[in-house]
Amino acid sequence: MNVSTAQQRRVPSQAWGTKGGGRRSSILRPGATPWLMLAPALAAAAILVLLPVLDTLWMSFHDVILYRPRSRPFAGLANYAWALTDPVFWESLRHSLVWIVCAVSLQFALGFAAALLLNRSFAWRGIARALIVVPWALPSVIIGLIWTWMLDFNLGVLNEIGVRLGLLSASIPWLAQPSTAMAGVLLAIVWQGFPFFAVTLLAGLQAIPGELYEAASIDGAGPFGKFRHITLPGLAGVMATALLLRMIWVANSLDLILVMTNGGPGTATQTLPLHAFLTAWSGGNYGHGAALSVLLTLLLLGVVVAYVWRNRA
Amino acid sequence: MKRQLRLLRLLGTELPVVAILGFALLPWIWMMLSSFRPDSELTHSPITLIPSQLTLVHHIELLQRTSFIWNLRDSLVVACGAVALGLGLALPAAYAFSRFRFRGRGALRTGFLVINMFPVVMLILPLFVLMRELGLLDTYVALIAGHATFTLPFAIWLLTSYVDGIPQELDQAAMIDGATRLQTLWLVVLPLALPGVVAVGIYLFITSWNEYLFALMLAGRNVRTVTVALQLFIGENQIQWGLLMAGGTLVALPATILFLFAQRQLVGGLTGGAVKG
Repeated sequence: MNVSTAQQRRVPSQAWGTKGGGRRSSILRPGATPWLMLAPALAAAAILVLLPVLDTLWMSFHDVILYRPRSRPFAGLANYAWALTDPVFWESLRHSLVWIVCAVSLQFALGFAAALLLNRSFAWRGIARALIVVPWALPSVIIGLIWTWMLDFNLGVLNEIGVRLGLLSASIPWLAQPSTAMAGVLLAIVWQGFPFFAVTLLAGLQAIPGELYEAASIDGAGPFGKFRHITLPGLAGVMATALLLRMIWVANSLDLILVMTNGGPGTATQTLPLHAFLTAWSGGNYGHGAALSVLLTLLLLGVVVAYVWRNRA
Repeated sequence: MKRQLRLLRLLGTELPVVAILGFALLPWIWMMLSSFRPDSELTHSPITLIPSQLTLVHHIELLQRTSFIWNLRDSLVVACGAVALGLGLALPAAYAFSRFRFRGRGALRTGFLVINMFPVVMLILPLFVLMRELGLLDTYVALIAGHATFTLPFAIWLLTSYVDGIPQELDQAAMIDGATRLQTLWLVVLPLALPGVVAVGIYLFITSWNEYLFALMLAGRNVRTVTVALQLFIGENQIQWGLLMAGGTLVALPATILFLFAQRQLVGGLTGGAVKG
């Protein structure tokens, strides 16, 4: 390597404002450069995420009403006391648990089945792998729209098919009656989210070395034994991370329910984030809504900590 | 023997795949099909499964007689803005995370990860108040900033792994030749990471194009994206299913095509975080 050329070329570089000293030492001792490069992203995150979070925390301890923005007296724990003594809170919490458990487990089961099938070899596997993600690429509003249309009492295709096949004795107003509304929105979220598990678990399956299966075959393991002793342990890490990520996402998501039922009929599909949103927005009580948001965040904290711990750099 | 194997594969693999793909695709196909059927078929019970005729009347009415074309423009402006701003913020940050070892690096990476974990309801009200006080409510700026920031963690995460894949020796060679850090990023790393950058750009576009809650809260009157516009159609007393399905078909198209186009890169990246664990 021609050292003298490098030496000569170093001069203009300093005129452009690189920090002085050797190039290699600038990689080892970076000084301010990484912070300057991170500054815009950090500023955006501070203003648009950190500040709002702190603001919500502040509001949860104050009496903040939408149409009375100037007067925001300190309220202590009154907002939390209101939230915890309100029966709607406990009902929303119950709905949230049903929502999270049913949505995530059904998405997982369907996604896992799809991943196992798509990992086998057949002629049109590539196109099948591509098309399975379609529901995942669609906006929540459109997903809500599609399923509201298909579940419609008079004009819905699912009622029509159900009646024709004899599965239903008559049309059911799925989203309009409290006993079936949750099942209706769950169907939509399962449809939206199962491709996530399909592609995640498929990637995990492909990362398991084929030699393990060959070795197991030589040792006389059957299909079930291979699944039990190679596939499941090999996928455990991917499964855990995907499940945690999905739980957080499903727990926080409210747009699909907002579009399909607006929490109704009555409060039959009102989950905790939707309760917080409607209290603050439709009810105009930011203090109450903020307290509900903080409670939701605290309830999710365990899952978030587990996820971050798994992904720590 | 061969025929038996073939039958086994058909019954054990291909038929179940067809069933799952049917579940994934039929609702989407039903929406598109409905958008091309005349009102006489859409609004009469009992409904028919097979259309007797196809028509463009709903699509034409949507584009000519409603404000939908302007909603499409607003969505396009916001999504493109979010792509530009998001990449502008995430690319230098990803480069810093990839190339430098500095105090607080691990904590910051975790910090960015946590951004995604906060419930949107926790952010949306203060953001609404903030944008109102800044006079930015119902502008492109508010929505672009909101979308770009909310997608920042994943964009940084994904870009960091792409930049990690480019050998450091190239940076060093460029800097020995006299390039600054920013020049190195712009002239050496960016061209090499372009497939990854495009994939992240597409992810940002789809996320912004599909987003509803920010678009509803931070805008909605002057700047009305397609998702908000569609939801307002539903809210009306007499639901016009034909118009809604036409709108849904048009809105779903760009996201679906882009996703299929960038799928290989995106799925690798989307699952990278999960596979790593």
